[in-house]
Amino acid sequence: MEHDPTDPIHQFQITRIVPIQIGDWDFSFTNSALFMVLTVAVTTAFLYYTTRGRGLVPSRGQSITELSYEFTANMLRDAAGTAGMKFFPFVFSIFMFVLVANLFGMVPYFFTVTSHLIVTFALALLVIGVVVGYGFYKHGLKWLMVFVPSGVPGYILPLVVTIEIVSFLSRPVSLSVRLFANMLAGHITLKVFAGFVVSMSALGTLGVIGSILPLLMTIALTALEFLVAALQAYVFAVLTCMYLNDAVHPHH
Amino acid sequence: MFVTQAYAQDGGTTEHLPSEVHGAPETHHQGSIAASEHGTGFPPFDPEFYPSQILWLAITFGVFYWLLKTVIMPRIGGILENRRDRIALDLEAAERMRSDADEAKATYEQELAEARSRAHSIAHGAKETAREDAEKERKRLDTELNARLDEAQIRIAGVKRSALGEVDQIARDVTDTILREVASIEASQDEIAGAVAQTSR
Repeated sequence: MEHDPTDPIHQFQITRIVPIQIGDWDFSFTNSALFMVLTVAVTTAFLYYTTRGRGLVPSRGQSITELSYEFTANMLRDAAGTAGMKFFPFVFSIFMFVLVANLFGMVPYFFTVTSHLIVTFALALLVIGVVVGYGFYKHGLKWLMVFVPSGVPGYILPLVVTIEIVSFLSRPVSLSVRLFANMLAGHITLKVFAGFVVSMSALGTLGVIGSILPLLMTIALTALEFLVAALQAYVFAVLTCMYLNDAVHPHH
Repeated sequence: MFVTQAYAQDGGTTEHLPSEVHGAPETHHQGSIAASEHGTGFPPFDPEFYPSQILWLAITFGVFYWLLKTVIMPRIGGILENRRDRIALDLEAAERMRSDADEAKATYEQELAEARSRAHSIAHGAKETAREDAEKERKRLDTELNARLDEAQIRIAGVKRSALGEVDQIARDVTDTILREVASIEASQDEIAGAVAQTSR
């Protein structure tokens, strides 16, 4: 595979591992699919393995599992109340999936599943789909009242409702683009600075000395990217909880 | 689709795919550089792999959701529930033990107070008895001593009387002797006794 080692875009490239073709659709098992499978497998294995002892006093691993479990539970309860707890498995899956997928992206040579817009957009659509579906299922047409804030004078109501609908429709876009753009931009920046180290080192002694600066930058950015990976998973999950609150309590 | 072709080739698996997917003849670019120089070959916006990504996301996330919902989360929830129950039970037991301890302490203090008052009354009684005994003993000694004193006084009085009687006799004898020897007067016993009695009065 010949490519420029400092090319920051190369890491997002999808390659087929097992080509699968169904009709006109290409459903190949790609590196992206591989890392989705790895994300799920590793997360599930970790959660299962750390709770094997069912310790009354948790071990270190069990503490991590319990903390993430209770963290998500509190997050959902704060945003959507007790009635929202029926979505706990859904929110926990989304949070763990995005978190582990993001953190996997930090491992060199690993593919970042969430750096592709289609993946984050599919997740965001799933969230909005659950919100809309549950909203109509639970409240019927009354759920549409979520677009009509109470206490607004009648003459500006059409404007407010329009704004509410537009903002609701933009939710899947903002939700998916936020996560995707953060992961993409972070990884590109990281790769660009790391690439500087490589290309400057090739320029001789002075270049090697000069490459210390981008090297330090790369180290700092790596730390930042770990923060961003966790933070964006948290943001995605929190916003999911808040949108789910609309499905549970349409009158706000 | 033409530009993305280059990426597919990078993966090295293009040749396994039916050609109709690509819609273009196999064209060899210089790898990703060439593609990105074209400006539109940005992989995240490449629709070629959209169906594949969506399908695999649906499969993996579906399996993940199902595993978490049916296996993992009941497990963690069970552990937490178990711990909460255990803590509640332990707290209850601790509370029970504390009330037991309080009860025992109350009983102990009550018994202590009873014993103390009993000891007090015993001591009081003993003191009273001792005092009474002492009083009785003192009275007994008192009367005994008084009796002895009276006896002694009676004896003293007797001794004194007999001594005085003897003094009279001596006085009469002395008087008789003086009268006879010095004055050569023979006086009768009655006269002498009368004279002595007259002087000692």
